Formats: sequence, structure tokens, C-alpha cells
Amino acid sequence: MSTEAAAAHGPTAGEYIVHHLTHLNSTGHAQTSVIDFSVINLDTLTFSIAMGVLGLFVMWRVAASVTSGVPGRLQAAVEIVLEMVSNQAKGIIHHEESRKFVAPLALTVFIWIFLMNSMDFLPVDLLPMLWQTASGDHHAYLRVVPTADLNGTLGMSMGVLLVCLYYNVKIKGLGGWVHELFTAPFGSHPVLYPVNFAMQMIEFLAKTVSHGMRLFGNMYAGELVFMLIALMGGAMVAGSGMTGPLLWAGHVVAGTIWAIFHILIVALQAFIFMMLTLVYIGQAHESH
Amino acid sequence: MNLNATLFAQLVVFFILAWFTMKFVWPPIVKALDERAKKIADGLAAAERGKHDLELATKRSADALREGKEKSAELLAQAEKRAAQIIDEAKGQAKIEAERIVAAGKADAEQEAVRAKEQLRESVAALAVAGAEKILRREIDAKAHAELLSAIKQDL
Repeated sequence: MSTEAAAAHGPTAGEYIVHHLTHLNSTGHAQTSVIDFSVINLDTLTFSIAMGVLGLFVMWRVAASVTSGVPGRLQAAVEIVLEMVSNQAKGIIHHEESRKFVAPLALTVFIWIFLMNSMDFLPVDLLPMLWQTASGDHHAYLRVVPTADLNGTLGMSMGVLLVCLYYNVKIKGLGGWVHELFTAPFGSHPVLYPVNFAMQMIEFLAKTVSHGMRLFGNMYAGELVFMLIALMGGAMVAGSGMTGPLLWAGHVVAGTIWAIFHILIVALQAFIFMMLTLVYIGQAHESH
Repeated sequence: MNLNATLFAQLVVFFILAWFTMKFVWPPIVKALDERAKKIADGLAAAERGKHDLELATKRSADALREGKEKSAELLAQAEKRAAQIIDEAKGQAKIEAERIVAAGKADAEQEAVRAKEQLRESVAALAVAGAEKILRREIDAKAHAELLSAIKQDL
């Protein structure tokens, strides 16, 4: 593909990817600094709220018309997921009172992340193109997978961290928790206090960052592969002879295979995030 | 891959969604699930009870049937025994009656025989007298010898 052709037909591959990886944010242009808390990603927020509302609305409708008799298909489906989450919560968190909040939290996390991840199944260019048409700006940015945004996943993992801190204080008492911070994991000795405390801080940090990063990494990579596959199909315009149709076929075949494989990733990552949420909160209930 | 305020917005959304689920989604469904579990447990228990009851009823009906059979057999035996008894009684009575009739007949016959003998004797006496009369017509005065004649008649 020559530069002239690129100029005539559209962006180069690099431009296409970069464009797709840039968020629609409150400033209207790409964020320049790595950390800037005056900026907010409108696309991530919109789609994550939309998915959360969609998932909860469906479950709420089911909950409103729930029957203990013969369940309908939708109710049965919701019950299966709920039962699964409930069993996991029972296995990990042995505190009845905590489960009243933690189990619904885990269910929310599972459904929400599953739906947000599922945004990946939409054709990569569909919603961005619709948005560009609707907004009239043909260079408008839009990313549709909220979990492929580090802000989205870290926001959730920080939420889990806050829940962990809350239960640490609630179960062990503030004194008990502070005592644990300085005496675990190496033991109660004044010399070991700083080492223990440093270890605890590293543990909290590592848990939270890895929790958010794991989901983000998986979804970001998945999204990127979809973009590359789309690029392959897009390159058929520039192909000559048999290259064009072959690239198009490659797009279809690779896109199908990756989308099918991605169903696994979507469900698995939602499940892993939910399980880690339960495990971390469960750890907050255990005294060392 | 830049960090910005979306992080905190997502954090808030996270808790709002979790709160909503805890408040409006989880409790009704869990309640329904528990209710259904109870219903199923009750149903299974009822089925178990029904099975037990059926077993009992089957046993009872078999018992009743067996009892009825025994009773009818007993009644039948009794009836047979009674019939035999009646027949025996009737036979006994008939025998007695026959004996009685035979005895009466015998008595009649004896009486008849006695009467016949009496008649025969009288006839013989009359014949003897008549014969004697014929023989002794002249010598015997019927009136004078009436006493004698009557004594002869007695001896015959």
C-alpha cells in the first residue's frame, strides 16, 4: 500500500489501530499525559453503565416476577448463574452476614463484566462508524469495550480493594487489623514490624493491580486482534489479483475463529474476576 | 492506556450496581430458590409417605383378603358339618319312626292273630258242639248240659 493510496483510501494500518485505541473523552482529543484526573472517558463510562443497567434490568425483571413454582427459561438461566455464584460464595466466605452483600456483589461483577466483555463481539468498526456518522465528525474516537480500558478494570479492582479494607476492619476490628498489618506474615517482633507492613502493602497493591490488569490485558489483546483481523479484510482493497479475495476470506475465517475463541475468554475472564473478588474478600475475613 | 477520572466513576458505578443487586435482585430470587427447594423436599417427603401408606394399605388389604378366605372356609366347613348333623338326625328320627311303625304293625298283627285264634276257638267249639250234638242228639239236652258245653268251649 503506497502512501498515495493510503491518503486516497483512508488511514494507514498504524493510524487505524491508534485511532481505534483512543478513547472518546471529555477533552475531545487524545489524552496526552499518562495520568490526568481532569479527563474522563465518556465511551467507557457510557458503555459500562449501559451494560450494567442492561444486565441488572433483566435480572430485576426476573426478580420481580420470580416464582418458586416452575420457572421460565429466563428465570432458570438467571437462577443457574445466581446458584453458581452463591455456591462459590458459600465455599469461599464462611461469614453468613458478609455473604448478604458479597454474594450479590460477585453476581453483579460476573454479569456486568460478562456483558462488557461481550461488546467485543460487535464488529470493531460498527459502533465507531455509527458514532462518527451520528456526531458528524469523521475522526471521532470511540472504544466500545469498557473492560479494554485500564480505568474501567482498575476502577472495579479498587472497588474490591475498598470492600476488602472494609471487611478487614469490620471482622478484625481496627486494632486487630493494624496489629495484623505489622505482625503478619513474619511474626510479632519489633524488628519485623516494618518488613511485615511493607509486605502487606505490596500484597494489597499487587492484588489490586493484577486483578484489574489481568482483565484489561485479556480484553485489550482480544480487541487488538479483532482490529488486526479487520485490517486484513480492509487491505483487500489494496490487494491485486487473487490477494484481495484471499484477504477477504482470511478476514472471515480468522474473524470467525477468533470470535468463537473469544466467547471462552469473555466468560472465563468474567468468572476469574468474580472468583478473585470472592477470594480477596474471603482473605479479608481470615485472621493470621 | 492512560489513567484518568474514569477510574473513580467506574468505582462509583461498581458500588451502585452492587447495591442494586443486593437490594432488588438477589433477595427475591434466593427466596424463590429456597422456597422451591423446600417445596421439592416436601414433595419428596409426601411421596415417600404416600409410598409407605400404599405399602401399608396393600398389606392391610392382603390381610383382609386372607382373613375373609379363612372365614369363608370356616363357615363352609361349619355348614357342611351342620348338614351332616341334620342328615344324621333325620336318619335317626326316620329309624325311630320306622321302628315305631313296625312295632305298631306287629302289635296290630298280634292282636289280629289273637282275635283270629279266639274266633277259631269259638268256631271249633261251635263245630265240636255241633258235632257232639249230631252224635248225641238224643242224649244231650242242650239246656241241661249248657254248663258242660260252656266248660268244653273254655278248654278249647
